[in-house]
Amino acid sequence: MLCAALPLLWLPLAGAAATEEPTPEPGSPGEPPPGLALFRWQWHEVEAPYLVALWILVASLAKIVFHLSRKVTSLVPESCLLILLGLVLGGIVLAVAKKAEYQLEPGTFFLFLLPPIVLDSGYFMPSRLFFDNLGAILTYAVVGTLWNAFTTGAALWGLQQAGLVAPRVQASLLDFLLFGSLISAVDPVAVLAVFEEVHVNDTLFIIVFGESLLNDAVTVVLYKVCNSFVEMGSANVQATDYLKGVASLFVVSLGGAAVGLVFAFLLALTTRFTKRVRIIEPLLVFLLAYAAYLTAEMASLSAILAVTMCGLGCKKYVEANISHKSRTAVKYTMKTLASCAETVIFMLLGISAVDSSKWAWDSGLVLGTLFFILFFRALGVVLQTWVLNQFRLVPLDKIDQVVMSYGGLRGAVAFALVILLDKTKVPAKDYFVATTIVVVFFTVIVQGLTIKPLVKWLKVKRSEHHKPTLNQELHEHTFDHILAAVEDVVGHHGYHYWRDRWEQFDKKYLSQLLMRRSAYRIRDQIWDVYYRLNIRDAISFVDQGGHILSSTGLTLPSMPSRNSMAETSVTNLLRESGSGACLDLQVIDTVRSGRDREDAVMHHLLCGGLYKPRRRYKASCSRHFISEDAQERQDKEVFQQNMKRRLESFKSTKHNICFTKSKPRPRKTSRKKKDGLANTEATNGKPPRNLSVQDTAAVILTVESEEEEESDSSETEKEDDEGIIFVARATSEVLQEVKVSGSLEVCPSPRIIPPSPTCAEKELPWKSGQGDLAVYVSSETTKIVPVDMQTGWNQSISSLESLASPPCTQAPTVTRLPPCPLAAEEPQHPFNLPYDPRPSFAFPPSLAKAGRSRSESSADIPQQQELQPLMGYEDRTHLSPGTANSHWCIQFNKGSRL
Amino acid sequence: MCHPPPAVREDESVGWSWGGQELGPDECMNGLDLVSHSQITRLYSRFTSLDKGENGTLSREDFQRIPELAINPLGDRIINAFFPEGEDQVNFRGFMRTLAHFRPIEDNEKSKDVNGPEPLNSRSNKLHFAFRLYDLDKDDKISRDELLQVLRMMVGVNISDEQLGSIADRTIQEADQDGDSAISFTEFVKVLEKVDVEQKMSIRFLH
Repeated sequence: MLCAALPLLWLPLAGAAATEEPTPEPGSPGEPPPGLALFRWQWHEVEAPYLVALWILVASLAKIVFHLSRKVTSLVPESCLLILLGLVLGGIVLAVAKKAEYQLEPGTFFLFLLPPIVLDSGYFMPSRLFFDNLGAILTYAVVGTLWNAFTTGAALWGLQQAGLVAPRVQASLLDFLLFGSLISAVDPVAVLAVFEEVHVNDTLFIIVFGESLLNDAVTVVLYKVCNSFVEMGSANVQATDYLKGVASLFVVSLGGAAVGLVFAFLLALTTRFTKRVRIIEPLLVFLLAYAAYLTAEMASLSAILAVTMCGLGCKKYVEANISHKSRTAVKYTMKTLASCAETVIFMLLGISAVDSSKWAWDSGLVLGTLFFILFFRALGVVLQTWVLNQFRLVPLDKIDQVVMSYGGLRGAVAFALVILLDKTKVPAKDYFVATTIVVVFFTVIVQGLTIKPLVKWLKVKRSEHHKPTLNQELHEHTFDHILAAVEDVVGHHGYHYWRDRWEQFDKKYLSQLLMRRSAYRIRDQIWDVYYRLNIRDAISFVDQGGHILSSTGLTLPSMPSRNSMAETSVTNLLRESGSGACLDLQVIDTVRSGRDREDAVMHHLLCGGLYKPRRRYKASCSRHFISEDAQERQDKEVFQQNMKRRLESFKSTKHNICFTKSKPRPRKTSRKKKDGLANTEATNGKPPRNLSVQDTAAVILTVESEEEEESDSSETEKEDDEGIIFVARATSEVLQEVKVSGSLEVCPSPRIIPPSPTCAEKELPWKSGQGDLAVYVSSETTKIVPVDMQTGWNQSISSLESLASPPCTQAPTVTRLPPCPLAAEEPQHPFNLPYDPRPSFAFPPSLAKAGRSRSESSADIPQQQELQPLMGYEDRTHLSPGTANSHWCIQFNKGSRL
Repeated sequence: MCHPPPAVREDESVGWSWGGQELGPDECMNGLDLVSHSQITRLYSRFTSLDKGENGTLSREDFQRIPELAINPLGDRIINAFFPEGEDQVNFRGFMRTLAHFRPIEDNEKSKDVNGPEPLNSRSNKLHFAFRLYDLDKDDKISRDELLQVLRMMVGVNISDEQLGSIADRTIQEADQDGDSAISFTEFVKVLEKVDVEQKMSIRFLH
């Protein structure tokens, strides 16, 4: 084996050796001259990238180690740990190599390490929050940074004049101002690293964090202006230079923002046309954002501002344009890169600090700087907040101010800038470097360590992570409209007025230009929230109950397991943990416990509760409701034929991907309802057992395309990742009061029409329920296809089309079928077991086909179809006909009369 | 502070009945007494400039003439909110009363005695203002139909009726606690309890 492989190895190696022969190889001096080398050590070829990779690997491994212990990471911010690790590693390298080899190089930092972090923060910046607080953020970023720079610089100079700084620190006022400008800026990387773990309330976070991002423009300008003044020599600085300095502040900041917005526009526009090359979408996002950064850097504008604006500006359109998978890819890649860069930055900071050749210590300067940055930061925050509070709707209180002052962390930006100083022009550079290192370490480690306890101690309002609800979204929109309207009425062109204007403009022109048509058409925030909620539910559904959706389980919930006690207890467990929909998929309680029964009753009631709105709709929106007449029946038939035809053509191709997602309607809210309903029920007493209402558990499986727009529009684009949705919703478990029926045999034939107890009921008498038990299940995708027949049809045609789902072949003409026993269903299932209570959910033929092996499916289809006539009756009683038609319904009637 | 300009005083004695609650003049003052004199003057000049009929009251047409309001999806409903039940005119006092809902809550008000009548800009009143925009038939419930209507106004035309319907259903499900398939005011307050209504329903202009 090895011998055979060797010749193959030689070939490429020889080729490589031949091409590289001319280059000198310092790494391998003793190598024998030409000839075929079997093995070559080419460290220098790969040294640079290898080291980079190694550093990142070390940093990542360190992260893993830190997070092994929850206790440590909950107390100590990761950034602190990384800096400390860097110190240790740097010490080792220093001890081994006798010189500090690896440093945080400003070039590397600004070109490679900083952009991902800034892009990540800009892209995922909560834009609404950001703009809501834009005034405060800008004030702190511009005025605050200027204030900090000048006061710190001047105070240090005063300190020197007072003789508290050793005379060997040779620095003029300008030098100190330069130092002040670089040391005063709050650092986005450090702030993000620490604040992400603290979870202060959103407003506080966005103000501190927004400030740290936006002050970059000020820092860059101040640094450049001061630096050039220092280089010119203070004697040569003229009045016009000061004016230029002020002007450059605007040029740099506005220019940076403009560059960012231009690239955001380009990015959004580009992603509009990536329909057929989805794979490069994430790449485009990164490339164009990086291009924005580099362009701004090239024009010596504020690169951070450019990337922030690019991320902030493009997000809405990009997210709408790119596919769901690309969105995930962008998100994860961005987070990975940012986290990676952050890790490396902090570690390199630690390593750099070890190199004592670069710095010189002066206690007066270090202590003075530490004191001044803290003091002036606090003073600045208090003064600015006082002014801002005159204008702010929600004033920032004292606690906020404390956190803001204390959260002013300095970081790698300051360090990189101080390394960039020219030693010949700034003689005190070494002292400044040492001071910067101490300041950075102090703020990151000491303040980073203490801010969490401080926040706790001050009882700062924390951010609450509550899930978004449709109500909130909807009502907040209403509030926005109300406020905009009120501002219009009072003729005040305030924030809400301009936001409203912007939204109008965006809707009318920008979105139309930057979003692909299909995305624009369904673009709505409320809809988005609805969509996201459903996705979340679906994911949690798959996470918790996904195993049932295995290919064999698709047709029926895995029956064998349903009889096991373990499964039952899991079911109960799940139910108790409040996990939404998945429970019902495996409702198979074979244990006749009181709780089971209670659960069942509640569930039953719940189903009733869930069903209500639709019923109401039917009643109230009668203008949409077309009563069923002859014409209608005819329509239905046409519809069904159409469906059949369409299905045939789709069946073979589509169903394999049908089951990637499932979107159950969440039960969370309904669970709440449960209690209320149960109480009601309790007070009313149970319905009489011998109630002659037919017992019906209707299980409706809805499979529809997620985006009907996609399927029925001319856009043939079918997003591979979102086009097809599988919706499973299952089970009404109807565990009501005991209805003992005599026999225990499995019901003989599916054809038995007269009401009789189901086999489940026979086996498990407590299973028999009463009353309307239509579990109506829908999903985001079903959009609760309503009573509106016409639209319902259209929709389901399109959706079914995309899914190859068979139409419900029930004949609407079947109007008066007596309730069918569940038994009719039971024996048909290949793996039906005597103890099987009742299939709690089932799939329509095509799905069944997809899910099962061929042999099973072939047997199954006719059986399923046999059932379908049953549905006509059921629909009449429980569901709107339109709904019934547009979904597959498999219903199980349980014998009700006793 | 408590003295409105002369122009306002003529309306002083009018008490408005709104949303089923009768408010006397004293109570009216409750929401307005913290609006500064200059604000009242400013709003009064706005009021008169809107008042094309120059009869001291605003009609619906006066409101509809505001161009931005015409494109506001909820514009009509908000205009309606300015008018007392069953009336077609609103005078300056009523105008101010509506606007008073949007005054920010100040710190010294939070600690105010709880026994006194609730100011118009309280959280509850702000919420009630929004609630009334939905609740057309004034039965203190947002029914599915009412919700659908608002949704239809607010979301784009590209969302189909089915989608809207399912949004409405889910919205109601989320909020509904007593199972009546409608959102009562209590439920409305409950779903928004985590929302900073004081902030989101306030305008600094009315400070």
